[in-house]
Amino acid sequence: MSNPGFSVRSRHPGSEAPGGKLLEGATPRKTAAEQGGGRSHLPSPAPDEAKLLSEAQAGDHQAFARIYSQHKRRIYSLCLRMVGDIAEAEDLTQEAFLQLHRKIATFRGDSAFSTWLHRLAINVVLMHLRRKNLSLVSLDEAMEPSPDDGPGRSFGAADLNLAGSIDRLALEHAVADLPAGYRLIFILHDIEGYEHNEIASMLDCSIGNSKSQLHKARLKLREALCAYPRQEERR
Amino acid sequence: MIDCPDTLNCEQFQNQLPELLGSGTVVAEHAHLQQCELCRALLADLETIAEAARQLLPVVDPPEKLWEQIESAIKSEKSPNGT
Repeated sequence: MSNPGFSVRSRHPGSEAPGGKLLEGATPRKTAAEQGGGRSHLPSPAPDEAKLLSEAQAGDHQAFARIYSQHKRRIYSLCLRMVGDIAEAEDLTQEAFLQLHRKIATFRGDSAFSTWLHRLAINVVLMHLRRKNLSLVSLDEAMEPSPDDGPGRSFGAADLNLAGSIDRLALEHAVADLPAGYRLIFILHDIEGYEHNEIASMLDCSIGNSKSQLHKARLKLREALCAYPRQEERR
Repeated sequence: MIDCPDTLNCEQFQNQLPELLGSGTVVAEHAHLQQCELCRALLADLETIAEAARQLLPVVDPPEKLWEQIESAIKSEKSPNGT
C-alpha cells in the first residue's frame, strides 16, 4: 500500500498578514510559479515580477492591470469554490483586488507575492462568510451536523471503493455539494494546502476540530463519489 | 463484499483516523491495517480523494467585465467626489 501521508506538504514560510489577523502565518500551497525554489529560504521574485510589483507599488495602473491578469484565475477560482456562487465570487474577487490595490504598497516581500495575495483573498472570503453568519463560522454546525449531513461510517460498507481513480468533474460537484463547514475545511486543507494549525487559526477552532472536520468531509466525498457512477449508469 | 475481521477494531481505528492522518503518521503501517481489508480500502479511498483534490487547483477565469468593474471602483476611490 502506498503511504497515505497526504497531509504533509512543503510550504513557504510566511509572516505577513495582508488582510488582518485571520490568516496570520498561514501559508497556502505553492503555486506553479512559486515551485522550484529552495525550501530553506524565500524564493526571490523573478526580475520581471519584481519590476512589475515595484511599478504597481508606485501607482502604475498598467502594472497593476498585469498583476490582475496574472492572478485573476487563481483568486476567482478560490472565491468561487469557497462560496459556490458566481455572482458572489465575482464580488469577492473584485473586493480582493481592490484591497490589493489599497495595500500593495505595504507588501515587503517577506513572503512570495502570490502567497500574500492569496491570504488577502481568503481573508476577504472569510470576512464575507462571517458577515453572512455562515458556518465556518458556524463550525459548531459543522461539528455537529444533522444526521443527513454527516458522513456514514464505513463499518460493513465494504462495497465503497473508488478503485484509485476519481472523475474530476464528479469531485468538483461533490465538493460543491458538501455542507458549508465541511467544504470550507476541505478546500483550505486538501485543495489550497493549508495545515491544520493554520486552519484552526483562521477559523477560531481547535486543531482537533479541523482534523475531524476534514476527515468527515473526505468520508462524505467518498460516499458521493462512490454513488456517482451508479447515478450515471442509471441514465 | 469485503470481510472485516474485527468490527470493533474497525470502529476504534476509524475513530482514531482523523488524528492519525492529521499528525502525519504513516497510517499504512498501523497494525490494524495489516489484518483489515475494509479499512485498507477506506484509507486508499481517502488518499485517492486527497490526491485528486490537489489536481483541482487549475481553474476558471473570471468574466472580462470584472476588470472593468475593478478599474471603475479604483477610479472612484481615487476621486470619491467624482472629480
